[in-house]
Order: sequence, then C-alpha cells, then structure tokens
Amino acid sequence: MYQDVIIAGFGGQGVMLIGNLLAYAAMDQGLECTFMPVYGVEMRGGTANCTVVLSDEEIGSPIVYSPKSLIVMNQPSVDKFQPRLAIGGVLVANTSIIDPGILEQKRLRTFSVPANSIADKLGTAKMANMVMLGAWLEATGCLALESAQGALDRVFSKQNSRLIPLNEKALKQGAEYVRGV
Amino acid sequence: MKKNDTNLLVKGNEAIALGAVAAGCECYFAYPITPQSEIPELLSESLVEVGGTFVQAESEIAAANMLLGATACGKRAMTSSSSPGIALKQEAISYMAGSQLPGVIVNICRGGPGLGSIDPSQGDYYQTTRGGGHGDYRTLTLAPASCQEAYDLTIRAFDLAFLYRNPVVVLGDAILGQMKEPIKNWKERVVLDGKGLDWSLSGARNREPRLLKSLYLSDGALAGHNRKLQEKYQAMRKECDWEEYRTQDAELIVVAFGSMGRIAKSAVRKLREKNEKVGLFRPISLYPFPEAPLDRLAAQGKGFLTLENNAGQMVDDVRLAIRRHADSGLHCVLPGHLANPDDLLGPIEEAMPAKAG
Repeated sequence: MYQDVIIAGFGGQGVMLIGNLLAYAAMDQGLECTFMPVYGVEMRGGTANCTVVLSDEEIGSPIVYSPKSLIVMNQPSVDKFQPRLAIGGVLVANTSIIDPGILEQKRLRTFSVPANSIADKLGTAKMANMVMLGAWLEATGCLALESAQGALDRVFSKQNSRLIPLNEKALKQGAEYVRGV
Repeated sequence: MKKNDTNLLVKGNEAIALGAVAAGCECYFAYPITPQSEIPELLSESLVEVGGTFVQAESEIAAANMLLGATACGKRAMTSSSSPGIALKQEAISYMAGSQLPGVIVNICRGGPGLGSIDPSQGDYYQTTRGGGHGDYRTLTLAPASCQEAYDLTIRAFDLAFLYRNPVVVLGDAILGQMKEPIKNWKERVVLDGKGLDWSLSGARNREPRLLKSLYLSDGALAGHNRKLQEKYQAMRKECDWEEYRTQDAELIVVAFGSMGRIAKSAVRKLREKNEKVGLFRPISLYPFPEAPLDRLAAQGKGFLTLENNAGQMVDDVRLAIRRHADSGLHCVLPGHLANPDDLLGPIEEAMPAKAG
C-alpha cells in the first residue's frame, strides 16, 4: 500500500491541521508516514501546503512532485498543483470557493465538494478542512473514516477538545457527500 | 506535545531536542534562527524539566563559547543553529577542537551564501567536514535522513564526543528539521556516572590543578599536539557509518546523504521498477567519510553518480574514495530548489553505464 497527497489552500484554512490528522491516523493504523509542511512567508491569508505520504513500507522521499492525490481548498492551489497530479489521480476540490469549470474531469478522478457550505450547515465554515479530508478518505479508500475521527484528540489541544464531536461529524459528512456523488 | 506519549509524530528538530534529553544533555545554549527554532523551543521546557540548564544567549558567538565553557567542566552540552549562525560559531569550535572538548553542535542547514534563504540546502558540507574554523582539525559529522535517525544520531553524537573528546556535528537541513515522522524507538534518559572525566575542570581541591588550552608556544609543543590530534582523527575512522540500498547487482551507484539520500532512494525505487540496475549509497558519517566501502564497490566495476543539494561538495570525497577504479558523475540541485524524486530520474538514467558509454 502506498498513497501520497498534497493538501493546499490559504493559510488559516486548516491545511496543516488535516495533514497532521491524516499522518496521525496512518500512524495509529501501524503505517509508515511522513508529513512535510511548506509555508509561504505569510501566515493567515498566504498560501500553505503540505505533503503526506502513507505506506506499509519504509518511505523514501517526503517530497512528491506528481502526487497520486490532491486536496485543494482554494483557486491558486488548483492552478499550481492540478497540472502536476498523476494521470488517474484523485482530485478533491472545495467548490464552495473554486470554480468547478477549471477542474479537469477526463484525466483525473475529480470530486467537487462544496465544503464551506457543508461545514456552514454544521455551524461554522472553519470545519471545511475536515469535510475535505472526509471526502478524500472516501474517494481514495486508503484509510477508514474512523481512524481519522479517532486521531482528532491528537491534533486538538485540551482546551479545544470540546470541538472534537463536531469535527467528527464534519469528517463524516465529507465522506457521505462523496458516497452520494 | 503530550507527556509520556511514546507513539509520537515529531519534527526532525524535535527529534534532535528529545535525543539530546535522552543522551543526558545537561546544558543547552543557543540563539534562535529558522529553520531550527523548534530545538530551543522544545528544550526550553524539556531540558529544564529534567534539571538541565537552558540559556538563550545574546548571540551565536556567546552560545558557542558557553558550550566551550560547559564542556570544559565535563558537562554534556549542546548548541544548535542554522548555516549563518554556525559560521559565527566556528572560532569557538576551533578552540574546542584544539582543547579537545566534547561539544555537540547541530546545524540545520539552510540556503547560502550569506543570509541565503530558509530553504533546504546541503551547502555546509565542506565547512563541516573540513573543520570549519582555523587550524588542522576535524569534527566528527553525522548526517541523519529521518526523524528516528535524527533522534538516534543525536544520542550517538554525545557518546562519540566524550569517547574522542572532540566536537561532533549533527548536520541536517530544512527538510529534516521541518518534516514529521513517527519515532518508534524511544530511550530513557542516560544516568551519568561522572566517570572518564579525569581531564575536566571540576575544582582542584585535594588534587593537582588541570589545564585545558589550545595555545602551545614552546619549541616542538604544537607539532606534538597536532600529531596527537591527527592520530585521534585516524582512530575515528572506525566510526564510519553508511546505508547501502540494492547495491549488490547495481551497475550504477547513486551517492547522496541526508534528505537528498532518501529522495534519491525513491528515485532508485522507481528506476528499479523499470529494471534499471541502480543502487543507493548513503553516507551517514560524513567525517569520517566511508571510503572503504565505496572503494570496494568501485573495484567491482560499478559506475557512480553523486547527487547533492548544493553546487557539488561531497563529490570530492566520493572521487577520492573511488579514484583507484572509477570517477563519479555529479548532479546538483542548487539550494533554493526543492529536490524531488521525479527530477532525479532523468539525470540518473543518463548516467547509467550502458548509456553513458
């Protein structure tokens, strides 16, 4: 088993958080994993991306140029990373703020997920990142949804632990959206 | 970071800090710089918790001289920085080498020259393996490629520093410092027994005074001192460490260290899927450089390609090691570019002996 993903968006959209969550979920399943963050010079509002690699064997490079999958939270990330996605790769795009017209459909397995609106209905658009990760888990099938839900307490600090149940729900709704599509 | 959690995902920088704690580090001195600031950040808590001393110095130069002072007292001590800061520490490192003091220095290398950038780089290979400061001296240099190795080699750095009474450098880069991986093999903090410190300055009550110095003015004294140091560097050769991956039937050996080594490993795997007979040789100790195993591979008639995230530095050592049988090609990813396996496939394929002729 080998899977890699680049997760990209604006700083503040929680790109690093779901990258970390995915790596923890993989680790808890006994897989090898690497998490490699790349920050812009800015924090909030700047661009941020991270690469997560999961494997049942020792991992070589933590850096991937042509990933097998991509989670994009904003339009600039589509421009930058979509052309690099491997043929037949999984593209999960946040179409609440990305124009679906720019997404490649033929070359890729593309999943348009209105993550902001789904998260909004749960109470806050801040959880759009969790919706996206849930959608990715369902689209790739490489880890069970429960493994990510079970790892939430490893990425939230104690004072934020009250947010865990709602984030569990956001992960689930992302997965359900993809299953429905 | 949760306490008592042995199943942790940590950054390479954090792995180094936790390795220092496990190695029994008693004092840590540093001045912050990207991309290694997680080391002081974590040690400001973790080292103090176990009774150690943490000092954020007023400058890199001060931190390096505090390291000199602490190790002169026989303390297990460390400093860390990134390239421009390490350049500032070189005077103290030379004095430590001359006075035979066991300091541990961590360099999470970034782009240069000058202030360069905060991107990954391997541009400090020459500086680290040739001494770095003035005079004829060497620092033992260890180059981890994973977070587990960063943890393990930091512990080893302290042991080697005291075994040889010599500064030891752990050389990483911004990839290693910032990436996260699980650490599986945690160690308990070493309990120090105070043995083997019959040279340290611990207070001269009831014994003859001791002197630690690097100044030798009397006739023949410096030559004698240098001879002793050179003999010590020869003795360090048995600490050579390296990883070989699919070298046995390989026609081409790719040589790369640190982060570049594991990126190259992915490229080697991809080429093996295309039945290219290529293998990887990853030096783990950069000084002493693992010459003997490279010479052995060269004697078997294999070709060589050195891959570096600099303008070509380690390639000198590779060529010296294999000079009786072969030469090495060179492919450089200049600092400022982030290396990835796909970009290495072409250069490696071109260097395959069948194609290179």
